[in-house]
Amino acid sequence: MSSSDLTSERDLVPQATPKGDLAPERDGPRDTGLDDATLHRWLERTWRTKPGIIGALSSVDHKVVARRYLVTAFVFLCLGGLNAVAMRIQLSGPQRGLIGPDLYNQLFTMHGVTMMFLFAVPIVQATGIYLVPLMVGTRNIAFPRLNAFSYWIYVSGGIFAWASFALSMAPDVGWFAYVPLSGPEFGPGKRADVWAQMITYTEVSSLAVAVATIVTVFKQRAPGMSLDKIPLYVWAMLVTSFVVVFAMPAVMITSTFLILDRLVGTHIFNPAEGGDALLFQHLFWFFGHPEVYIIFLPATGMVSSIISAFARRPVFGHLGLVLSLIAVGFLSFGLWVHHMFATGLPKLGASFFTASSMLIAIPNGLQIFCWLATLSDGRPVIRTPLLFVFGFVFTFVIGGLTGVMVASVPLDLQVHDTYFVVAHFHYVLIGGSVFPLLGAAYFWLPKLTGRMMSERLGRWHFWMAFIGFNAAFFPMHLVGLWGMPRRVYTYPAELGWGNINLFITAGAAVFFLSFVLFTFNMLHGALRGAPAGNNPWDAGTLEWATTSPPPSYNFARIPVVTHAEPLWAEREALPVATGLRVDARELVISTVAEARPDIREKSATPSIWPLFAAIAVGATFLYSIFTPWAVVWGALPIAITLIGWFWPKGDPEDEE
Amino acid sequence: MFAAFGTTCVLLLQGCSGWQSALDPKGPAASELAWLIWFFTGLCALIWLLVMIALAAPLAMRSRTRSDPLVLDPGAEHRKARAVWAALGATTVILVGLTLLSFFANRTLAAIGSDAELTIRVTGHQWWWEVRYENAQPSRILTTANEIHIPSGEPVRIIVTSTDVIHSFWVPSLAGKLDLIPGHENVLDLMADKPGVYRGQCAEFCGQQHANMSTLIIAEPRPVFDAWLNDQLRSAAAPVSAEASAGAELFLNRACVMCHKIGGTVAGGTVAPDLTHIASRQTLAAGTLTMSRGNLAAWIADPQGIKPGAHMPVVDLNGDELNAIVAYLEGLK
Amino acid sequence: MKQRPAADLSALPTYGIGPRSPTWWGTLGFMALEGTGFALAAGAYLYLALSWPQWPLGAPRPNHWPGTIVTLLLIVSLVPNHMLNRYAEQCAIMPVRIGLVVMSLLGIAPLVVRWFEFPALNIYWDTNAYGSMLWVLLGLHTTHLITDVGDTIVLTVLMFTRHGNSGRRFGDVGDNVFYWDFVVASWIPIYLLIYWTPRLG
Ligand code: HEA
Ligand code: HEA
Ligand code: HEC
Ligand code: CUA
Ligand SMILES: [Cu+2]
Repeated sequence: MSSSDLTSERDLVPQATPKGDLAPERDGPRDTGLDDATLHRWLERTWRTKPGIIGALSSVDHKVVARRYLVTAFVFLCLGGLNAVAMRIQLSGPQRGLIGPDLYNQLFTMHGVTMMFLFAVPIVQATGIYLVPLMVGTRNIAFPRLNAFSYWIYVSGGIFAWASFALSMAPDVGWFAYVPLSGPEFGPGKRADVWAQMITYTEVSSLAVAVATIVTVFKQRAPGMSLDKIPLYVWAMLVTSFVVVFAMPAVMITSTFLILDRLVGTHIFNPAEGGDALLFQHLFWFFGHPEVYIIFLPATGMVSSIISAFARRPVFGHLGLVLSLIAVGFLSFGLWVHHMFATGLPKLGASFFTASSMLIAIPNGLQIFCWLATLSDGRPVIRTPLLFVFGFVFTFVIGGLTGVMVASVPLDLQVHDTYFVVAHFHYVLIGGSVFPLLGAAYFWLPKLTGRMMSERLGRWHFWMAFIGFNAAFFPMHLVGLWGMPRRVYTYPAELGWGNINLFITAGAAVFFLSFVLFTFNMLHGALRGAPAGNNPWDAGTLEWATTSPPPSYNFARIPVVTHAEPLWAEREALPVATGLRVDARELVISTVAEARPDIREKSATPSIWPLFAAIAVGATFLYSIFTPWAVVWGALPIAITLIGWFWPKGDPEDEE
Repeated sequence: MFAAFGTTCVLLLQGCSGWQSALDPKGPAASELAWLIWFFTGLCALIWLLVMIALAAPLAMRSRTRSDPLVLDPGAEHRKARAVWAALGATTVILVGLTLLSFFANRTLAAIGSDAELTIRVTGHQWWWEVRYENAQPSRILTTANEIHIPSGEPVRIIVTSTDVIHSFWVPSLAGKLDLIPGHENVLDLMADKPGVYRGQCAEFCGQQHANMSTLIIAEPRPVFDAWLNDQLRSAAAPVSAEASAGAELFLNRACVMCHKIGGTVAGGTVAPDLTHIASRQTLAAGTLTMSRGNLAAWIADPQGIKPGAHMPVVDLNGDELNAIVAYLEGLK
Repeated sequence: MKQRPAADLSALPTYGIGPRSPTWWGTLGFMALEGTGFALAAGAYLYLALSWPQWPLGAPRPNHWPGTIVTLLLIVSLVPNHMLNRYAEQCAIMPVRIGLVVMSLLGIAPLVVRWFEFPALNIYWDTNAYGSMLWVLLGLHTTHLITDVGDTIVLTVLMFTRHGNSGRRFGDVGDNVFYWDFVVASWIPIYLLIYWTPRLG
């Protein structure tokens, strides 16, 4: 489709002509024919985040919200990492007395919970919040206020969890908090409630982001970005968001059931009164397995972006990669039982889940093969982001293959709940997701900050991380096979696990130092780095078409897309659309499949109400740990803040 | 990196003698599983190596000097497509093979205990194991704790369940693990080829002292086992010394009696390990301490210091009282 | 990067309804996730029902009448709901206002009857797991009912103000209609589950 098709008469005739009692449409100045400087002044006035503290708290700019998300998630990575360091010191030798069982159990639970719910999921979603609107060529994410709200809910959940840790009230039941250990009878105090409620917070926020992402991708793509021209990263975020939509409700149900059992005396998980403890596991893992792909799939999108930039060509097998993303998304819902092989389920049923777990290795393999094929043209340009992609392939394939090992029912019976599994999931989580994220940081941070990070430090960082990571986690496979269970705060000397654990701890220390170096490199780059320019890597997707950092309105004129790698295809001049209002937050709504421009819709203006709503909702969640009536008392403030949020204020954005 | 692999290889060789290692099988189930683990590992290592070669190969080539990233060589693209399809096909074949392999391994495992004569019921408690030898005659049902004796060379059926939280029964050198779930009964069949002592450990996180919830499986030739069983079925030995008699007296008058059982006395508690033949066991408090006079005293004097959170309180005893109780318990062979 | 104008969007309309509008898709997204929640809760009920041969654990059968009345009310409300939708599509402000008032009342009516449904379950939430599941299922749906009725009332008030007369608001009415359909549709399986499965066994 050529760009002129987009504006043919047929497309532009509104399908439902306004009729009835509609107020006449108000109009304002358009961007057609404006020179660049005037256009910038107009758009900046319309789209900017207002100065001052209220302005900052009211911001609905997806980039501002994403930045907050990214910084917060990084802080949680550090906190969760420090938990891990503490655990590793305790485990560095047999019968170490540094940390007692009570603290250790809180440590590993907080480590798991922080890493999964406060670091990994938020950071991949935050990257999406930043990049997806830029990559699809729009001016803000869909439902920007909902997006701002999601951030506030997320920080409240994080602060809540860590405040209870500071008060020694943190959950101590593991990140999946099995009943009956977390139930009313064996989980006294409020610790398990903290787990359940913090799940609710992070839940609500990631569901909100998922819906906003889906709608952004479906309806706000730049004119011409038909399905086959959507960048792979955006595809990955789209599939991930769908997985979130269908997986997160499961853990919502799980944690709600748990709270009810604990707080009002229901018996859903109580086998003595007709409930069942395994029901909890089914519900949790129905979420928990897709969860790990929620963390992994966005990373594959990052890998595709980085590879295509440095292999200097589009990724081989674009369609195959899209299909495998979708396949992984679907299949991820059929695997949950592989976390429950040791619960004594009927053998035949369990074997079915072996088969489905093996099956998911096929689309995952296809992804790896396509990337290898992309790289195989010749020596790629080797820069830090690509180094991390190499590190990703090296480690993720190990993790994936140990995944295939534990997918075998009989084999899993030996390694389940041992350090072998700990090794598996750190290989896939860190190798499969953190390494791509680190590569992505080197790749995209210049877009956020306008400055490059140091390449020399980047290489040091990579090698330290790579060596430290493998030294820390590879030996865990072995110690697991030698019989070391997970979640033990100490172990006896005569089992001979001492030396290897010391080695692991040393590796973890190197890995820790690599993060310190990374932190330094980020800060140094952001403050002192060389200016990045619009497109430092000469990459092909739309986020590189705008300045670094992008202006509040992202694009002075909305690009018109003619190719999957628009910047490579249109080197002379980027085709753009005109005719939008500049005095109101107008953006282009397009059709789902072909991205034909359809509506000039207004995007929401800044508002403080999402923050108020988050406070009302957050306080209700917190209070409901203590009494079910909180839900009743909280309803009123929540309703008020939501009305404040949605009630039109008379801006042009609210009307029409 | 290679240091990591190197070191682990060295460690691997010394580690194989571990008495709680899945790589050091001492029974048919564990042997089958160890074989499976090695097979999977070998195959996976091979696959990984191939991927690494494919990843590293372009590094050895010349840099690509293509000015326009969108101009691709159709011939090369075609070759790539063929290679990717081939790899995909190979992956599928391998995965089908591995699925079948684990299916058949499962069947082999299931066949082990089909003719088990002895049934033992293991009930998990925070943080110890209740062990009951089932028998059609009620008088020959034996209840003990933490240490499981089995006849070597024959399959044994173990029924596992729990009355509090979920635990998992795992003796790596004999068989894979199985969860103990309240409201459910699970069945595990295992067999030790030779006499010996095998260590097992609770594998499902079960609260504060999950780390110190281990067990010993002691496999003995059938006659030795039968003798042991008959010994254990007897009531507790009467105290032989004056000190021990005083200890018995104390035991029955202090809190101990409310929780523990000692066969042949009025002590009939069921919420704690049966102590009828406590001195015949090799360890104390689910493998936390080795059995000795000193450790018995240490345990009774300060269970919370040794196993923080354990459900045994500190009972107020002076030195003499403690010694007396230890003297009594020590005689309960 | 240099730019060249390639499309003129100035003639595009400024709002759209139904699947053309992002809000519609957002509503669909939330329906999908809430629907998943309902399905899982129902799945949990069935899981327990199939795990226990003596289900419903000796509890008395629920009295289905209040539930049946709610069901009928909900089904009847679909008619004015869709009339409202047509008026919203035509941007006819008076009929929309009337329709919204009617829908607010038709939302409150089942809520009133719902109040009597809980005692009609003939069991408490803390009696046994069967009782717990009934209350959870009913509670889950009641929450949706309450929030949607609240939403409708706010929208009704809004349509009576000067803000009402805009394309966007008519789109909101359409989405409200859409969501009500979901609230009704999700009730049917829950109704069958609560009142009729115990009678099967
Ligand atoms: C990013 C996260 C992530 C990813 C991507 C994966 C990927 C996979 N995982 Fe993993 N997993 C976790 C995170 C993840 N996992 C976590 C966190 C846990 C533990 C939770 C807990 O208990 O706390 C866990 C636990 C876990 C278990 C339970 C173990 C146990 O508790 O006993 C199982 C069992 O089947 C499993 C299997 C798999 C499989 C088959 C894959 C597959 O998707 C892997 C597919 C990829 C490959 C196979 C590599 C690439 C393919 C090729 C190069 C082709 C050639 C390959 C072949 C021919 C085989 N995982
Ligand atoms: C994405 C998820 C993720 C990540 C990144 C990690 C990272 C790490 N994990 Fe984690 N881990 C989990 C997810 C993750 N883990 C989960 C889900 C569990 C299961 C929990 C459960 O059983 O319930 C687990 C369990 C787990 C265990 C098992 C505990 C047990 O069973 O008893 C261990 C033990 O070694 C461990 C170690 C580590 C280490 C050493 C790191 C390191 O990689 C950490 C590296 C990071 C840092 C060290 C942070 C760097 C700090 C800074 C940069 C701050 C300093 C800054 C300045 C000074 C400027 N993890
Ligand atoms: C409130 C209950 C309670 C009381 C009272 C109690 N115990 Fe215990 N005891 C336990 C529990 C529970 C265990 C298992 C602890 C563990 O391993 O986690 C135990 C373990 C033991 C063991 C180790 C058993 C084994 O199989 O290894 C000995 C010995 C023992 N108790 C002796 C005593 C003596 C002597 C007294 C009285 C002075 C006493 N107990 C009082 C609950 C109690
Ligand atoms: Cu019992 Cu862990
Ligand atoms: Cu999984």
